[in-house]
Amino acid sequence: MTQDLSQALRMVSRTDAGMVRTHNEDAVMTDATIGVAILADGMGGYNAGEVASGMATAVIGTEIAQGLREGRKSLPALIETVIASANEAIYRAADSQPQYSGMGTTLVMAVFHDNRISVAHIGDSRMYRMRGEQLECITRDHSLLQEQIDSGMITEEEARRSQNKNLVTRALGVDPIVEPEIHTYDVEAGDVYLFCSDGLNDMVEGEDISLTLQALSANLDLAADQLVQMANDNGGRDNVSVILVKVLQPFPVAPRGVLSRLLAWLK
Amino acid sequence: MAKLILSMDGLVLKELPLSKERTTIGRKPHNDIQIDNLAISGEHAVIVTILNDSFLEDLNSTNGTYVNGQPIKKHFLQNNDVVELGKYRLKYINDTPSQAPSPDFEKTMVLRPDMMRKPPADAPAAPARGLTETQAGFRAGASVPAGTSMGGGLPPSPPPPPAPAPAPTAASQIGAIQILNGANAGRELELTKTLTTLGKPGLQVAVITRRPQGYFITHVEGASFPVVNGAQLDAQAHPLNDHDVIEIAGVKMEFFIKR
Repeated sequence: MTQDLSQALRMVSRTDAGMVRTHNEDAVMTDATIGVAILADGMGGYNAGEVASGMATAVIGTEIAQGLREGRKSLPALIETVIASANEAIYRAADSQPQYSGMGTTLVMAVFHDNRISVAHIGDSRMYRMRGEQLECITRDHSLLQEQIDSGMITEEEARRSQNKNLVTRALGVDPIVEPEIHTYDVEAGDVYLFCSDGLNDMVEGEDISLTLQALSANLDLAADQLVQMANDNGGRDNVSVILVKVLQPFPVAPRGVLSRLLAWLK
Repeated sequence: MAKLILSMDGLVLKELPLSKERTTIGRKPHNDIQIDNLAISGEHAVIVTILNDSFLEDLNSTNGTYVNGQPIKKHFLQNNDVVELGKYRLKYINDTPSQAPSPDFEKTMVLRPDMMRKPPADAPAAPARGLTETQAGFRAGASVPAGTSMGGGLPPSPPPPPAPAPAPTAASQIGAIQILNGANAGRELELTKTLTTLGKPGLQVAVITRRPQGYFITHVEGASFPVVNGAQLDAQAHPLNDHDVIEIAGVKMEFFIKR
């Protein structure tokens, strides 16, 4: 199941405390070799938010690498397992140590495999996909605001003025069990994927994000710097983190045995 | 907490806090806000309050519900909105954010289903150790002072000073470039967008970014770097000054401030 994807994927990440906050409670982790990107936005008093997001990226990063090497589980099942494991680790730490009590974190993560991407998220950290000139938000926030929009209570326009912007309805590490949302999509060469904490999409208009990815996709480092800089130029009220993944070429898994070829054919 | 001020003919009658999740308005006595007037329907309207936001809904009343002079069916109430029911006026006051301008206000917090039923402003959260109790600390946004976060019972830290406002002159300036040589000589391009790319994709591309401090040029791709006033740039962003001459992929252009 392991595939070296470093030739097919280019990944860059940035994380910044912003202009107002003294702490950076976001954490990011990428590994282009195994095609994994993880971003977490922690919450909780003192440094508990940093602990929660740091635990999330560390636990998930380590366990997913191991799971991919073993290759025993299907990808969505593996993602579910590692998220459950990170959830338990954070929940236990929060429960056993008073200074960490109540900590939690949002999560958005993806695993690239066999020309596909499996993306999981919890809370209001997002993944966008730039395909051609079209920027699309692939994840749907688990937040009060999104629920209100979905139920028709308020419009997207009204949502911009809402005072309930910061309330997530799901988070990693606050309950014994968490339900991640996991979806799998086809990947095309040339796609650019953006993972971000709400510090980006709250501060920078979608139009400017789109413009940056279009204009600067040839220089991913510069594009990531530009996104963080725009959030800070607009006030930088929150921590801001971004991961950019550019798909350089297709990465199909070559069918090995008769059985896997048969399975591939049946799909 | 948000409140309503009931008045008639400019005379203030009552102040009504929106402490419940559903506040009903109507002529009949079982309503939370009873207005005994024939122009008001038995069950006229309802205000649903979720944390800091309140929504007004007309319950198919005979004479309708108006907000700021407009008839509404459903309305997301904003501070100072005036709700009109017959001759009565209800002014919606919700000045929570201006009273607590704290960065902590915007901190992400977990919302749990059981929170929705609790009124937002009862006793402040105790410094509890248990997880569920600590979660209650998230009411920070509504009425508990700044600094209360999910940690619960932590001393509030002074809010850091806000980011310095950019110099208004730089922010309002519009820059432009004029091409000096080649087939397009004389053409002018206004730099109104946050970023504008110049050059030929695959060969040499640079980007001009518009920021509160002014304009900056940065190398994007290609083996050679842009030249500004005869000097080659490195990978860093370079601030542009009025009348700088830029050279990218053999094309010379002048940057200038239009106003």
